[in-house]
Amino acid sequence: MCSTCGCSQPAGAVKIHKVNLNELHVAADHTAHHHGFGTAHTHEHHNEHHHHHSGEKTVIQLEQDILGKNNLLAERNRGYFEAKHIAAFNLVSSPGSGKTALLERTLGDLKDQMPFFVIEGDQQTNNDAERIAATGAPVVQINTGKGCHLDAEMIRQATKELNPVDHAVVFIENVGNLVCPALFDLGESARVVIISVTEGDDKPLKYPDMFHSSQLCIINKIDLLPYVPFDVEKVKANARKVSHITEFIELSAYTGQGMQQWYEWLQKQQQHTDH
Amino acid sequence: MHELSIVQSIVEIAEEQVRQAGARQVDSIELDIGQLAGIEWSSLDFAWEAAVRHTVLQNADRLVRRVPGKAKCLECQKEFNIGALYDACPHCQAHFHQILSGQELRVCALTVS
Repeated sequence: MCSTCGCSQPAGAVKIHKVNLNELHVAADHTAHHHGFGTAHTHEHHNEHHHHHSGEKTVIQLEQDILGKNNLLAERNRGYFEAKHIAAFNLVSSPGSGKTALLERTLGDLKDQMPFFVIEGDQQTNNDAERIAATGAPVVQINTGKGCHLDAEMIRQATKELNPVDHAVVFIENVGNLVCPALFDLGESARVVIISVTEGDDKPLKYPDMFHSSQLCIINKIDLLPYVPFDVEKVKANARKVSHITEFIELSAYTGQGMQQWYEWLQKQQQHTDH
Repeated sequence: MHELSIVQSIVEIAEEQVRQAGARQVDSIELDIGQLAGIEWSSLDFAWEAAVRHTVLQNADRLVRRVPGKAKCLECQKEFNIGALYDACPHCQAHFHQILSGQELRVCALTVS
């Protein structure tokens, strides 16, 4: 099976736990187990009537959405966020585009203005959650094991663990992967795709699903533009071919250039939660 | 490789239907999968083999209907067949379109016994 994703993962391989600054490197006590992967098991129900006679064939017309269960859970999450006036953002990108760096800078700069809560998704390690915990923001790490994306059930569990306050801004940093997370609604208010200038400007065409499903595209590491053959206008034109609703913000999470525009976007989104 | 999650969701749906019908196995399953649904066909085949083992779908015939992509151009209002999300309208070359079909991921029917 695929080395990114794997197939033989047992149930409970997904681990969700809160990472506290004071308890870094301490084994997680609140490990939640997730039923998402590797098991297609039936739960026993004893009060069902069995109408079937052996050998008989029955045709069942179903028309059921395969992602229906995830979408239903995502809508539950969305309802929870809306009721608490929480703006939740699903950050998606390739590995190494600067999602965690963007969060570190944002959390540091705006911590007195917005109550931030963070859910970190990675296959392994607490490294990103530790970086976020160092900013003082409450953070829950989801380790997906071999899983290549977060799903709505993981977010439901992680949100319970995180317990965000009303009017919070919740950042969900998805697993670094421009393909798989595209199909899985988490219940976010908006999806933000991040591309860095060290990547190819044809990425929106190579990975159209992700750009199609995002509402904002952040172009990161613009301080490196003099050194790389990346055409900002070309990436925007390519993204617009795939999605006509995407907004763009060019910034450098490293130097801070362009961050103000991102902060204004966040503030605008947060105000929307009151309507 | 999200195709694995997709197949696992199909298995869950099939297990539930078999249980409700008091049946033992699925003989055949019909799926609608859109050309724009973000599914890689070879990955789906690969994931299918691994994920249906020891489930009610183990011996099931799989019938997949690949739903072609259709879009409506928001500039000239004409409908056209769309093979990829970045395709332009063949009538006016605009990229402003609304997807009408091709994003389906659906279990249509099952035969159980």
